[in-house]
Amino acid sequence: MMGTTRLLELLGRAFVGLMLAFLYLPIFIMALMSFNASPFYQLPMDWTTSWYEALARNSGLIDATWNSLRIAVLTTVIATILGTAASLALRRYVFPGKRLLRALLFPPIAIPWLITGTAMLIFFFGVGIGRGLHAIVLGHVALALPYVIVVVSARLETFAPEYEEAARSLGATQWQVTTRVTLPWIAPGVVAGALFAFAVSFDQFVVSYFLSTPGEATLPVEIYAAIRKGFTPEINAVSTIIMTVSMGSMLLAARFFRFGGEK
Amino acid sequence: MAGVQVHGVSKTFGLHRALDEVSVDFADGGFYALLGPSGSGKTTLLRMIAGFDFPDAGRIVIGDEGVERVPVERRRIGMVFQNYALFPNMSVADNVAFGLSVRGEAKTDIAREVKQALDLVQLEELGQRRPHQLSGGQRQRVALARAIVTRPRVLLLDEPLSALDKALRVDMQIELKRIQREVGITTIFVTHDQEEALTMSDRIGILRDGRLVQEGPPEEIYNSPASEFAATFLGDANILRGKASEEGIELGDGTVIRCCNAGHNPAANSSCAVRPERIRIEAAESPEASSGENRLKARVTKRIFAGNSTTYFLDRDGQTLKVLVQNSGGESVADGADVMLYWPAESSVLVA
Repeated sequence: MMGTTRLLELLGRAFVGLMLAFLYLPIFIMALMSFNASPFYQLPMDWTTSWYEALARNSGLIDATWNSLRIAVLTTVIATILGTAASLALRRYVFPGKRLLRALLFPPIAIPWLITGTAMLIFFFGVGIGRGLHAIVLGHVALALPYVIVVVSARLETFAPEYEEAARSLGATQWQVTTRVTLPWIAPGVVAGALFAFAVSFDQFVVSYFLSTPGEATLPVEIYAAIRKGFTPEINAVSTIIMTVSMGSMLLAARFFRFGGEK
Repeated sequence: MAGVQVHGVSKTFGLHRALDEVSVDFADGGFYALLGPSGSGKTTLLRMIAGFDFPDAGRIVIGDEGVERVPVERRRIGMVFQNYALFPNMSVADNVAFGLSVRGEAKTDIAREVKQALDLVQLEELGQRRPHQLSGGQRQRVALARAIVTRPRVLLLDEPLSALDKALRVDMQIELKRIQREVGITTIFVTHDQEEALTMSDRIGILRDGRLVQEGPPEEIYNSPASEFAATFLGDANILRGKASEEGIELGDGTVIRCCNAGHNPAANSSCAVRPERIRIEAAESPEASSGENRLKARVTKRIFAGNSTTYFLDRDGQTLKVLVQNSGGESVADGADVMLYWPAESSVLVA
């Protein structure tokens, strides 16, 4: 019996190890190669920071990074506010068509982005919104909203309606109830929703590609264009920077807001 | 502090008539229990007085202000919820301070009043704890302190003791009563526990299917229940059915049971209620029995010994009767014995 348990434990450990390698090895190699002088990934490593220096001079990639950050921040702010408000409304109020509305929130997550992107492009042209950064923000908000609502609603499920009733019985107005009782309780869900919104926007390629104009691309669109012209390790360098920043912020958020359960 | 009057309040949810023209007068400073089975409308009535629901018809007056269209937050009431509803992300002191803080009182005043309230419920040491670090009884006290620190006009309690275990519940009954007396606040207490209603309140209102069926001091309702429902819901009762007669009721075999309120009940078919502890068991015809006493022949079918008392179950013409006897050293009666039951006329009450 002991032998079997031991074997299973070893298999389990091996599985976890392989899974982590599968997830992180490609990223690790990319980061490593951004410090390799050879543009063809030749080994042994010839350490250099020249690709980062080249990146600093590549205004196309830098502008695109700023565009992406601005769009992602704007998307996050808008989608988080709208999504949190929508979750509160869906939880608090009874109104005609509520079930239908709730049901209609989820299919957009499953619709391929290629189709959503095409539809948005046609629609935005039809109504005169056209293409550009403003159109990209609109598109990203629409994509991110269901994620925010799902995450915030899940957190709201753990919030007993008696807390709001208790607060009101103590004389709190609806606004005080929301800001002093409800929002502090759902804050971890709101932060998680905001991170999702940021990730959906910052990672977004297909919809951004359809809605961007040649002069004003987002980073994924710019990287795609750069690869088509010919791959350079500057792409590795910019990817490494972005990955470090985003993984760092995710870890920080996880540390402070205890995702995946209380305590 | 203020009294509360409810005048002809009705409420329908969908097809369900939750309250049907209920009128109650809750006296200023009194302790009032609303008693009834689940679905009787007692919680609905409490939530109407609190202001969580508005009545379809009728008036609710707190003090001298008609409040039936005033929302909860402007009614100046205090409420303790069944599960306490303490804010989990705030300390005990912040929970108690909440009601004062949302009205914008000064920090120093709040600190003083919170301390007084925590003193009152004997939790002065625990202000910095979180609700999840407290026991059930302590949470209950915090909820009470939070509800009364704002000096509400009326205190509403929604089955506040039902989440506690039996021993703690008795302690809290005494404690709650003490605090209520000390503060002198009009208190309305919803419960389905008849013992709680009997021991704690000055007056009891019994609700059934959205109607107030009887209302009065505990002794009055216990001694003179108006209906079979009131007799059996508040305490235990033997119900005997028969034809109305001049003195009380006549059972199927012609035995007449004399009742204290005979004569005002003209219905052809009547019931009478007798409390199990009012009946005396004798092994045979008793020479001591006065002629005015009611008497019934019965056979003992089961005995349940409970230390200071024994409950006898007896069969009388197919009906099971219950008799509660204090164990004060007399002879006990054996199972299967034929016995005589005696009780005075004033212990049986005609009920609707």
